[in-house]
Amino acid sequence: MNKTWIVIKREYLTRVRKKSFIITTFLTPLMLVAIIAVVTFLSVKNTKTEKVAVGDKSAILTDYLKSGETMQFEFIPDADTALLSKGYSVVLLAPGNGVNASTDRFEIYTKKNLSVTSESSIRRKINDAVEARLITQQSGLTKTAYDSIRNQASEVELDSKLIGEGAEVKAGNSGVAFGVGYGAGFLIYIVLFLYGAMVMRGVMEEKTNRIAEVVVSSLKPRQLMMGKIVGIGAVGVTQFIMWVVLIVTLTAVMNAMIPHEIMQQAGNASKGMPGAGMASQSNDAVMAFAKAQQTMSSVNWWLVLGCFLFYFTFGYLFYAALFAAVGSAVNEDPQDAQSLMFPITIPIILSIIIMMNAVTQPESSLAVWASIIPFSSPIVMMARVPFGVPGTVPWWQLGLSMASLIAGFLATTWLSAKIYRTAILMYGKKVTLKEMWKWAFRKS
Amino acid sequence: MNLLHVNNLVKQFASQKAVDDISFSIPQGSIFGLLGPNGAGKTTLIRMITGIFYPDSGSIQFDGRKFSPENDIIHIGYMPEERGLYKKMKIGEQAIYLAQLRGMSKADALTAIKEWFVRLEMESWWNKKVEDLSKGMSQKLQFVTTVLHRPRLIILDEPFSGLDPVNANLIKDEIFRLAKEGATIVFSTHRMEQVEEICNQIILVNKGQKVLDGTVSQVKQDFKEHLYSVGTTADLSGLQSPLFTHIGKRGDSATIKLQADTNNNDVLQYLIQNGVPIQSFNEILPSLNDIFIKIVEGTPTSRKFELSA
Repeated sequence: MNKTWIVIKREYLTRVRKKSFIITTFLTPLMLVAIIAVVTFLSVKNTKTEKVAVGDKSAILTDYLKSGETMQFEFIPDADTALLSKGYSVVLLAPGNGVNASTDRFEIYTKKNLSVTSESSIRRKINDAVEARLITQQSGLTKTAYDSIRNQASEVELDSKLIGEGAEVKAGNSGVAFGVGYGAGFLIYIVLFLYGAMVMRGVMEEKTNRIAEVVVSSLKPRQLMMGKIVGIGAVGVTQFIMWVVLIVTLTAVMNAMIPHEIMQQAGNASKGMPGAGMASQSNDAVMAFAKAQQTMSSVNWWLVLGCFLFYFTFGYLFYAALFAAVGSAVNEDPQDAQSLMFPITIPIILSIIIMMNAVTQPESSLAVWASIIPFSSPIVMMARVPFGVPGTVPWWQLGLSMASLIAGFLATTWLSAKIYRTAILMYGKKVTLKEMWKWAFRKS
Repeated sequence: MNLLHVNNLVKQFASQKAVDDISFSIPQGSIFGLLGPNGAGKTTLIRMITGIFYPDSGSIQFDGRKFSPENDIIHIGYMPEERGLYKKMKIGEQAIYLAQLRGMSKADALTAIKEWFVRLEMESWWNKKVEDLSKGMSQKLQFVTTVLHRPRLIILDEPFSGLDPVNANLIKDEIFRLAKEGATIVFSTHRMEQVEEICNQIILVNKGQKVLDGTVSQVKQDFKEHLYSVGTTADLSGLQSPLFTHIGKRGDSATIKLQADTNNNDVLQYLIQNGVPIQSFNEILPSLNDIFIKIVEGTPTSRKFELSA
């Protein structure tokens, strides 16, 4: 059996069987879904309908103030704060009603502090009512005509279309591309740090436990290093797949367990659209869903997924080799690791900064070059790809970026293996970056 | 028949020669002592023999052929001085892993490990983790993993450090047994009393160069100073003889140094003629420790430690 394969198997199995691995693998998606569930549940729970008593003797709001899902207005003659103990949670007094002695201010009275959303909702409704009353009264429009104008105005939409090569028109949506690009770039950033650091710790363990020489006497240091990198990479892939599967199933289970009405209510609550009736709301939802599907299909998912797997794999391999070299140079003192890791973390952090810029300006020269240079390409290119290939990212750029990342991976592995070979057997001496540089470029 | 033959080996590190033109041969089945002070180049030498380092020049012959690390490594078992185990791994799995890296199949490894564990009374350890073992216990495990794949050449760097006398004896017996079964053993240490007890043949390395080579008894003969201990109650310090000089007296014995080419019988005759009552008369051979110190102290001791470890 190939010795690298034996190492890969050990690295993989010992990690996958660890309690901490099992716990993080299962707990992370569970917590993620639980947080979503709790937020949903709370938003449902919080949207109780406020019963508002309105005192409006001079009929400023009458006929124009509309009750909604979360707000139910009742006009009560001679309304006053005493109503608060008679089943109303809010008392709204127009100027000159009850205790509100002012001439130009509306006042609300409550026993408990109103939530910000409820308060702003009441404010908006009063504004709308006053505006509607003034417009209809002064322009002579009927109230129905005014409402229809309102509805039409709110339905104006902007669709962006992409003209492709053969004048083929595709629906474009920079919003979705932005989200996908940002998410993918960020995921790769996490992968590089999470599993890169795992490789570094593994190498450090081998060195500080003094096992390196025992093992290196039966196989080449390069085989040991590659076995570790590939083994941990496989751990990463396993963990990622588990996370995706778990999140998808847990979300499905959660959706099935929570009654449909509550989900809808939650959706409505989060939309916070007042005024619209139940029927028109579900209509809106269907339309929004259709629109989302249309724009989602504007992204070439297979290409994005393919690119993600490529940049995930090779970005990891590129940086893991560097992390391994650092791990091999560290002695017992973990502070050494901090300072030696610095030159590796800088390009990763720079990449994430450039990525944030690239999702808003995917064609800027900074974004283009950063997506070709292998130090930043895994993160930055993933931010650009969802905007479209070959639209935003020409094929030659994608090809060059991939080729240079593969070349970069071969180079870092080769150089790191040379540092690793020397450093892993060196004890007690603090290794400087200068020395590591020298070893990397030394002949033989 | 030599199992290993090393010819003019040189290994240079940044600023100095860690191994400077060393040659020696190790006969099949012998227990060979590789001695030297710290930083003399022993570890570098061993790392070349085990294929971890490539020599800058010189050649290594293993079993009569040119040494090729890829193929010959399965015939070598190396226990480095800087040794350790994966702390979180179970003992049984760890032993299997290391055996597999040395080219054994899983099934063979399992049988061999079980056999060794029974012999060294370690059966109950199988599912324990290394971090739960004492230092001596993990040392024993280390030894087992080194010799498990029945290597023809076993290289042990300070195998007894950290072992209590009981376990040290246990390992020592195993070393003798392995040698009797035909394995060749290289034993690197600076504990000279162990070398005298175990090794047939030694070389001494200092500052990257070989300074001594031979069998233990031959080396002692070479470095003897013609010192004799005379068991007597009489005081010899008053005697003036051209045959010997009096060195000192301790309890019931006096130490004398014979002039070169002096016959023992002449000395005894002289002493008897002078009425000295003799209870015993022995040659004092230098210990390896004395020889070691004498040679090493002759040169400015250990070099500056650089890149050689």
